[in-house]
Amino acid sequence: MTPIAVQSNDLEPTILKTGQTPRPERRGSSTEKETITHARSITARGVNVFYGDKQALKDINLDVQSNMVTALIGPSGCGKSTFIRCFNRMNDIIDGCRVEGEITLNGENIYAKGIDVVALRARVGMVFQKPNPFPKSIYENVAYGPRIHGLARGRAEMDDIVMSSLDRAGLIDEVRDRLDAPGTSLSGGQQQRLCIARAIAVEPEVILMDEPCSALDPIATAKVEELMDELKKNYTIVIVTHSMHQAARVSQWIAFFHLGDLVEQGETEQIFTNPEDDRTQAYITGRIG
Amino acid sequence: MTDLTTIDRVNKGLKRRYRSERRFRLYGILAIALALGFLAFLLGKVFMEGMSAFQKTEISVRIYLDPMVIDPGGTRAKAALSKADYQGLIRKSLRAVFPDVKNRRDRRLLSKLLSMGAGFNLRKEVLDDPGLIGKTLTVWTLASDEVDMAFKENSSFDESVKSQGINARQSAWLRDLKGRGLIREVFNKSFFFSGDSREPELAGIGGAVMGSFLSLAVTLALSFPLGAMTAVYLEEFAPKNRWTEIIEVNINNLASVPSIIFGLLGLSVFLNVFNMNRSSPMVGGLVLALMTLPTVIIAGRAALKSVPPSIREAALSVGASPLQAVFHHVLPLSMPGMLTGAIIGMARALGETAPLLMIGMVAFIVDVPKGFLDPATALPVQIFLWADSPERAFEEKTAAAIVILLGFLVCMNLIAVIMRKRFERKW
Repeated sequence: MTPIAVQSNDLEPTILKTGQTPRPERRGSSTEKETITHARSITARGVNVFYGDKQALKDINLDVQSNMVTALIGPSGCGKSTFIRCFNRMNDIIDGCRVEGEITLNGENIYAKGIDVVALRARVGMVFQKPNPFPKSIYENVAYGPRIHGLARGRAEMDDIVMSSLDRAGLIDEVRDRLDAPGTSLSGGQQQRLCIARAIAVEPEVILMDEPCSALDPIATAKVEELMDELKKNYTIVIVTHSMHQAARVSQWIAFFHLGDLVEQGETEQIFTNPEDDRTQAYITGRIG
Repeated sequence: MTDLTTIDRVNKGLKRRYRSERRFRLYGILAIALALGFLAFLLGKVFMEGMSAFQKTEISVRIYLDPMVIDPGGTRAKAALSKADYQGLIRKSLRAVFPDVKNRRDRRLLSKLLSMGAGFNLRKEVLDDPGLIGKTLTVWTLASDEVDMAFKENSSFDESVKSQGINARQSAWLRDLKGRGLIREVFNKSFFFSGDSREPELAGIGGAVMGSFLSLAVTLALSFPLGAMTAVYLEEFAPKNRWTEIIEVNINNLASVPSIIFGLLGLSVFLNVFNMNRSSPMVGGLVLALMTLPTVIIAGRAALKSVPPSIREAALSVGASPLQAVFHHVLPLSMPGMLTGAIIGMARALGETAPLLMIGMVAFIVDVPKGFLDPATALPVQIFLWADSPERAFEEKTAAAIVILLGFLVCMNLIAVIMRKRFERKW
């Protein structure tokens, strides 16, 4: 693959250089760069996932490029949620779930022996389908991750992290004067953005979003989508979505799953305008799903 | 018939359906009324009988604290003072009220109006303040249980009403005392603080309450941490395999083992193998802890299960270790449920009699226990003992003890409810 630089508004996912991606700039760095570098952030090779005897995913190969949004789409039960949960090894906590194959994050196999799952999850944040703030204050929700990882020295630094995380999650104006209110007192959309703030507070490299808008109304959804667009400048985002429209709006790369197979992947525009597989065609036009 | 429309058929059936619903509601109300009725009757009966035990009868006498009787040596030494015949002094003073009682038989009958314990109280007063010796005091002394019962049933000592253990002569004297205002009924404070006694008027619930309290302290200190930790491990960390399944089944089985089995276990292990103090709250608490443990574990696991998995996922996804996820988030959220389970387990332990019989907490113990190793008895055992006693006055004592036990149980359950309401969280 030839390394080339691309314009920021260019959707072309190309490799600038392989190997280690520079970690995204610490929070708040908003100096828009002329060029965005896309590098392979996550690669999945020959991934099989089993729940007991049942095979949920069959031989999946997928590259996730950094600094863009990759959408996993497909009908219910196709394994896309299972797949996204492989990236931060959330499947480990499910009894009887077995993952085969190789998934690398910046060249490092995350299923290798000796990989610390806790450290991995600090690098790969996750936002869930249903907003799940801790039943604690808004401040504590965001501060929890940095605190357990010891990212802040002193109260002032922690305040800094919390405020900037809330800022980047686009929530700060709504909660500035009630940081002590319980996180569960917010509206659904606000809760989901709080969960995003919580995820980015630990400065992950990748943010996984498992149907983040399925419990939200259209206005809240629009806000979260806007946020994704903003966040992809600093993070690699993988999103599972049921909504074709959402996939079209936010993603630059799409992978279509069907019954445990990765049927087709490609640039968003190409998938929507000219899918190669009949099943993809059928799904995006609404005939299956 | 055939040209009935659908809506006609629905309307036809509707009346019957509503009727059966009304009937069903009526059955429900009847069932509740019946249940409440029985409960009210039971509680009412116990309360009516028990309330009178909170009163005691006293007789007023003027006592000359004769130095020649109390302290013939004149040393004012404690040993000498405590050996003196105070009961005799009181008897003499009571005879002074009825100077015409001369013959021995009558004198004995007159003395019987007084409690055997009347002298103890006087002795205590003198020991506290030896300066009283040589003075004449007006003292309200404790009446015997027969007088007490007679007074409570028939406060004017009517001739027509026959009281058990009181004959006509005694009845006449009591009427006389009553007429002169020398007999009264007062609140029985000592009932709450003193230990058991052979004399009903002296017997108190204090020893049993203290014994129960000490036992429950041991039970709580053992069963709550052990139960909570077991629940956390089984629910959050243990692999789900055949071994944990066997453990789980056995815990559930243990919860339904009759409590007397735990008593036998305590007898053979704690007493016979480890030679711990018989009848002590320590052993009682250990046995009750074994008995409560399964309940606490099961309640704890249910509480942990009720914490939504999304909270665990949220904690793990920001990089909390499994231990942190449990201790920072899951355990605090399940605490109210766990505490409720523990309190309900405690309430059950408080009402338990059978296992305590096995380890000797059924003994007749007069002293109020001061520590975990002193011989003691417990509230339900005390009820059992008093219910077994022949004296009629123990009847009301039994009922009063039941009232107190019920009071404690209600309080504990109330605390459980309040705690659940207060710490209930929404997510």
